[in-house]
Amino acid sequence: MSTPVSLEELIAWTSLLSEEERLVRASVARFVRDRCQPIIAGCFEDGEFPKQLIPELGALGVLGGNLEGYGCPGMSAVAYGLACHEIEACDSGLRSFVSVQTSLVMYAIHRFGSEAQKRKWLPEMAAGRVIGCFGLTEPDHGSDPGGMKTRAKRDGDFWRLNGSKLWITNAQIADIAVVWAKTGDDEKSVTGFIVERGAEGFSATDIPRKLSMRASVTGGLSLDDVRVSEASRLPEARGLGAPLSCLNNARFGVAFGVLGAARACLEQAIAYTMGRTQFGVPLARKQLVQQELADMANEVVKASLLSLHFARLKDEGKLSPAQVSLLKRNNCRIALEAARKSRALLGANGVSGDYHVMRHAMNLESTYTYEGTNEIHALILGRALTGESAF
Amino acid sequence: MKILCTVKRVTDPEVKLKIGADQKSIATDNLKYVLNPFDEIAVEEAIRLRDKHQGEVIVVSVGPSDVSTQLRTALAMGADRAIQIVHAGELDSDGVARLLQKVYEQEKPDVVLMGKLSVDNDSWQAGPLLAEYLGLPQATYASKNDSLESDNEKNKVPGITIEGTTATVVREADGGIETLKVQLPAVITTDLRLNIPRYPSLPNIMKAKKKEIKEHTPQSLGVDVTPKVRVLKFELPPARKAGVKVADSAELLAKLRSEAKVIS
Ligand SMILES: Cc1cc2nc3c(=O)[nH]c(=O)nc-3n(C[C@H](O)[C@H](O)[C@H](O)COP(=O)(O)OP(=O)(O)OC[C@H]3O[C@@H](n4cnc5c(N)ncnc54)[C@H](O)[C@@H]3O)c2cc1C
Repeated sequence: MSTPVSLEELIAWTSLLSEEERLVRASVARFVRDRCQPIIAGCFEDGEFPKQLIPELGALGVLGGNLEGYGCPGMSAVAYGLACHEIEACDSGLRSFVSVQTSLVMYAIHRFGSEAQKRKWLPEMAAGRVIGCFGLTEPDHGSDPGGMKTRAKRDGDFWRLNGSKLWITNAQIADIAVVWAKTGDDEKSVTGFIVERGAEGFSATDIPRKLSMRASVTGGLSLDDVRVSEASRLPEARGLGAPLSCLNNARFGVAFGVLGAARACLEQAIAYTMGRTQFGVPLARKQLVQQELADMANEVVKASLLSLHFARLKDEGKLSPAQVSLLKRNNCRIALEAARKSRALLGANGVSGDYHVMRHAMNLESTYTYEGTNEIHALILGRALTGESAF
Repeated sequence: MKILCTVKRVTDPEVKLKIGADQKSIATDNLKYVLNPFDEIAVEEAIRLRDKHQGEVIVVSVGPSDVSTQLRTALAMGADRAIQIVHAGELDSDGVARLLQKVYEQEKPDVVLMGKLSVDNDSWQAGPLLAEYLGLPQATYASKNDSLESDNEKNKVPGITIEGTTATVVREADGGIETLKVQLPAVITTDLRLNIPRYPSLPNIMKAKKKEIKEHTPQSLGVDVTPKVRVLKFELPPARKAGVKVADSAELLAKLRSEAKVIS
C-alpha cells in the first residue's frame, strides 16, 4: 500500500496563504478541536446551543472578525473565511451563530448604523457580551423578502413596529434584533431597526421539532405595536438593498464554512472505509467506494480553490453578487452531496451521532436553503448570464 | 523584568513521520510543523510573569527562515519581540546552547525560560547546557503544585514565583514534589503541568504582524555550530504484532506465565 495523500495536500491551500492567515486558521482549528468538538454531538442531540462558548469565541476574536474598528480585529476576507471553515468542520450551527452575529447583525450596524449605534453595540458584540439576531424572513415571505408584511409607522420621535418574523437564528437568546420593516408599500421603504430584548410587545418563540442545526438557536419574533425610538433606526439603510447586502456579505462565510463540513465528512469516510473490512478486504479497496471518494474529493478541491480565489477578489473589493451566488450555491450543494455520500459509506454507523456525518448532512440541508436557496441563486446567476429576470 | 524564552519549531507530533532516503534524516516533503509544546508552556509562563512583574518577553528561535511562523505564534500569544537565528543545516543541543549564550550576553535577561525538551529530538540537553556555559543556576522541569483546573490557572497566575532576585520553582520528583529556590538570573525549564497555554486570539495575530523579528546567523554571532553529535541512522520502531483474544482469565494467566513470562 502506498502512503495516502491527505485532502489538505490535494487542495494545497497552505502555499497560497499568508503567514497571518495560516496562524488564524491554526488558532481557530485548535480552539474548535479542544473546546467544541468534544461537546458538539451531545449539544446537537439535546437541541442545545453551547452558550458557554460565546465569551470564548469573543476572546478568540472571531465575532466581527472581518470588520474594522470598534473592537473588531479587521481580518481579511480570506482569514475570516478560514475561521468559518474551521468552525463549520465541527458544526454548521456553531458557524451560523458566528455568521449571524458577524455578517448579518454587526455588519448591518457597521455599514448602516449611526456613530452612536456603532459605539454602543459593536465592541460589546465583538466581545460576545451582546448577542444579535437578524429578522428578515417572515412566515409568508422567505425567498421574496420584498413582500414582507412587517410595518413601521412613525409616531412622533418614535416608531411603532407590527408584524412577525420566522426562522430567525439566535431569536430566543438575542439581546438585540435587527428587524426589517416597511414604512410604506414598496420595497424602497424597507427600513432597519435595532429592537432590544424586553421592549414591550416584543417576544421570541421556539420552533419545535427542528431536525437541522440543532446545536443552534432558531425561532420566531413577534412585534405587537413595539415602540422604538428614531435613534434605533439604522439611518443609512434605505430600501431592500440594505438587508440584501448583509445577506451577500454573510453568504461568503457560509460558502467557506460548508466546505469545512464537507471535508470533515470526506475525511471521516476515507478513514472509515480504510478501517472497515467487508468481504475480507478493506472497503477502501473496492472500486465503487473509491469512485465515491474520488467524486467527493474532486468537488471539494475545486470548490476550495474557487473560494480562495473569490475571497482574494473580495479583499480587493472586486467580488460581484453573481460570483457570491455562484459560490454559495456551488459550495452548499457539493457539501450536502458529500455529507450524504459519506453518510452512506459509513453504513449503519453513518446514522450514529458518534460519527458526525449525519449531523453534518442534516445541518447542510439548512445551508442549502438559508441565505438564498439553491434555486434563488440559480436565478441570480441566470439573470446575470442572460440579462433576463426569471424570479 | 526581562525574560528570554526559547521557541523551537518541531514536526507536528500528530503527523506520521517518514525517514529520508539517506536514513539519517526525516523526510521533509509535506511535513507539518508546530511550536514545541514545552516551549509553548514556557512562552505562556513568560507572559504571565511579565504581566505580573512588568517588563518584556523576548522569544528566540534557531532554524530555517520559515521558523518565523513559530515566532509569530509566540508574538501573537503576547511576547513583545523576537530574535531569529537563521540556520538551515544540522544542529545539536550544544550548538543551540552556544548560540543562546551569545543572545543571553547581548540581552542580559533576568530569566531564561525554555521547554524541558523538544518533542522531536527528545534530548533534554539545551537548558542545562546553557546554564552551564553561562555559569548560572538552573531549575529544571518547572511544574505546578496545583491542578490545571484550579482558579489560579483560570486566572492565569504564574506557577513560578519570583520575589526580588529569587525564583521559587516547584518540580515533580519521584514520589513527591520538590521545591527549589534559585538566584536570578537563572535558566528555568518547563514541564507539561505548569500551565495551559493560551490560543493566540485573532486580533493579536493581526497585531503580531507589526512586532519586530531581529535576524542573526551563527556567523554573525561568531559561533561554530558544527554538531558534536552525529546521527548514524534513523529507524522506525518495529511494527507491533497483532494481539490475541483469550477466552477466560485462566488462559490469560497461563499466557502471562508461559509466553510473556511477566509473572511466575
Ligand atoms: C436554520 C435556519 C436558520 C435561518 N436563519 C435566518 C435568520 O437568521 N434570519 C432570517 O431572516 N432568515 C433566516 N432563515 C430563513 C431562510 O433565509 C429562508 O428559509 C429562505 O430564505 C427560504 O425561504 P422560505 O423558507 O420561505 O422558502 P420559500 O421561499 O417558500 O421557498 C420554498 C421553495 O421554493 C423555491 N422557490 C422560491 N421562489 C422560487 C422561484 N421564484 N423560482 C423557483 N423556485 C422558487 C425555493 O428555492 C424553495 O425550494 C433561516 C432558515 C433556516 C432553515
